[in-house]
Amino acid sequence: MPTMTFAQALNEAHKLEMQRDPNIYVAGEDVGVYGGIFGVTSGLLDQFGPKRVRDTPITESAIIGTAVGAASCGLRPVIELMFVDFIGVSMDQLFNQAAKMKYMFGGKAKIPMVLRATCGAGIGAAAQHSQCLEAWFMHVPGLKVVMPSTPYDAKGLLISAIRDDNPVVFLEHKILYALEGEVPDGTYTIPLGKADIKREGKDVTVIATAQAVHTALSAAGKLAGDGISVEVLDPRTLSPLDEDAILGSVRKTHRLVIVHEAVKFGGPGAEIAALVAEKAFDRLDAPILRIAAPFVPVPFSPPLEKEFIPSEEKVIRAVKAVMES
Amino acid sequence: MDISKEKMVDMYTTMNRIRMFEIRVSELFAAGKIPGFVHLYAGEEAIAAGVCANLRDSDYITSTHRGHGHLISKGGDVKFMMAELLGRKTGYCKGKGGSMHIADVDLGILGANGIVGAGPPLAAGAALACQYLGKDSVAVCFFGDGASNQGTTHEAMNLATCWKLPVVFIAENNMYGISSCTVNSMCVPNIADRASAYDMPGIVVDGNDVMAVHEVAGEAIKRARQGQGPSLIECKTYRHRGHFEGDPCAYRRKEELEEWKEKDPIPRFEKKLLNLDVLTPEKIQEIKGSIKKQIEDAERFAEESPYPDPAELTLDLYTE
Repeated sequence: MPTMTFAQALNEAHKLEMQRDPNIYVAGEDVGVYGGIFGVTSGLLDQFGPKRVRDTPITESAIIGTAVGAASCGLRPVIELMFVDFIGVSMDQLFNQAAKMKYMFGGKAKIPMVLRATCGAGIGAAAQHSQCLEAWFMHVPGLKVVMPSTPYDAKGLLISAIRDDNPVVFLEHKILYALEGEVPDGTYTIPLGKADIKREGKDVTVIATAQAVHTALSAAGKLAGDGISVEVLDPRTLSPLDEDAILGSVRKTHRLVIVHEAVKFGGPGAEIAALVAEKAFDRLDAPILRIAAPFVPVPFSPPLEKEFIPSEEKVIRAVKAVMES
Repeated sequence: MDISKEKMVDMYTTMNRIRMFEIRVSELFAAGKIPGFVHLYAGEEAIAAGVCANLRDSDYITSTHRGHGHLISKGGDVKFMMAELLGRKTGYCKGKGGSMHIADVDLGILGANGIVGAGPPLAAGAALACQYLGKDSVAVCFFGDGASNQGTTHEAMNLATCWKLPVVFIAENNMYGISSCTVNSMCVPNIADRASAYDMPGIVVDGNDVMAVHEVAGEAIKRARQGQGPSLIECKTYRHRGHFEGDPCAYRRKEELEEWKEKDPIPRFEKKLLNLDVLTPEKIQEIKGSIKKQIEDAERFAEESPYPDPAELTLDLYTE
């Protein structure tokens, strides 16, 4: 199986789908000539031309709003918001328009669009270019929220997102773009709403998203040396959430640690913890622990940023803590 | 512009249908039969009727919170509108939208909208779809003086010219965003003055003169259809009612309202049509009688329709 980076896998997904469906267009800031600020849309302009690959002004509301309007009239936009932090200037078009149109109109509208954005800390991009805002999107009925952790998942999930008839927010952690992994040639899909067990284990379930999946896997490797068997579960899609997979794993291990880079308070882990508390409380042998960012904006200085991001050491400590209780 | 007698009668009929619908809605709201907010279009009928008389079924519109007139002019059925306002299952949105969210995508109506300034990017997007798919359809964006100050409106107009989109922006300047008068909220006298910033034609028209609106909108729509890009038309008008029903309107002078009622677009047009011998008093009575019956039928249909079943609460959210 060929090896490629996370960014290349996303690029392939674009190309394959655009070849398949002429009504898919790509738009966003620097997606054309530049090829996307992280290279995800590289080569698309040459292959598909300026009608289908549209460099836009810096105009986030209009990028999203035109996508919503175009999607409601028969196109399938795949738009790039560059940094997810920019959703702040354009949120209305996503959460009041795209997400609600179908429901408000009694089911009549169809809004097949994908909003891609990069998220996450780790490159010193500071408070307005590093956030993990997936909980914002999870809170909006009508949206789907996808957050892949591997090149393989990135390609299969993006193809599914493009084929989905609903507005999908597709979040790409920027540290993952250079990550290499095996990715099959050609088209394949990974259904939205299906979690994946990234490592099987029997003692503790660690649910992690995006870059934190790799932190969890690394921690699991070390914990194995201490005789602790960790199961790492990646939800991959946060809305809809794969409740069955989460509950199934917790019913097996009886212990749960949740790891994500979004701030802990009101974060995605709160929803997952509440789900397990409501539906599998009697199967837990220890309190649920969350390892997540503290309740501060993402800081700039490297030692502060490092402290902000959930670390392998913190995950190891949390796993040991739930094992001891 | 040449305009047939039939089209003039159609516009007159549409204007009266809007007015009579709005009057009845006002009464039903006062009687407690309509929940939520309703924002009435009475006084502004010439704009929607004049603009939409140039449109085809395959064209798109985006509307506003004051949207009943746009919907009726684009072919919306007062029966399903009334049912929606009364929260019934048979309404345009199965009772899930209400006055501010009525839509009929099949008629090219991409929805009334509760967010001021949300429509312009959506209309630009609909126009993008028309252009992309090689159709000669256009999108028309109705928006108010309030929305003209929103960033989304600026973004949409700028992008519309950059991409030469077949969209026509119709500014309905009724002088007030709730209580804020345009004298205080705009730094130029006319919304259309801003068109130069987007390199598109900007035209001011008497929004209470349906023939004038029809003509300038017709030219802009033709221009868009021929691939010559967007236009901005500002229609000067006035709302007869408050911002919403129940608004005491303490921010407006009574004399101002009276002055504008002198310029009421419906009697003005009626007089013109009588002078031109397009209509007779008998024909006018016939038209009004027929609309009255339509509105009564719509109300009866709505009243007799069931409310949605609570089990429908979670339906219609996602497309499977």
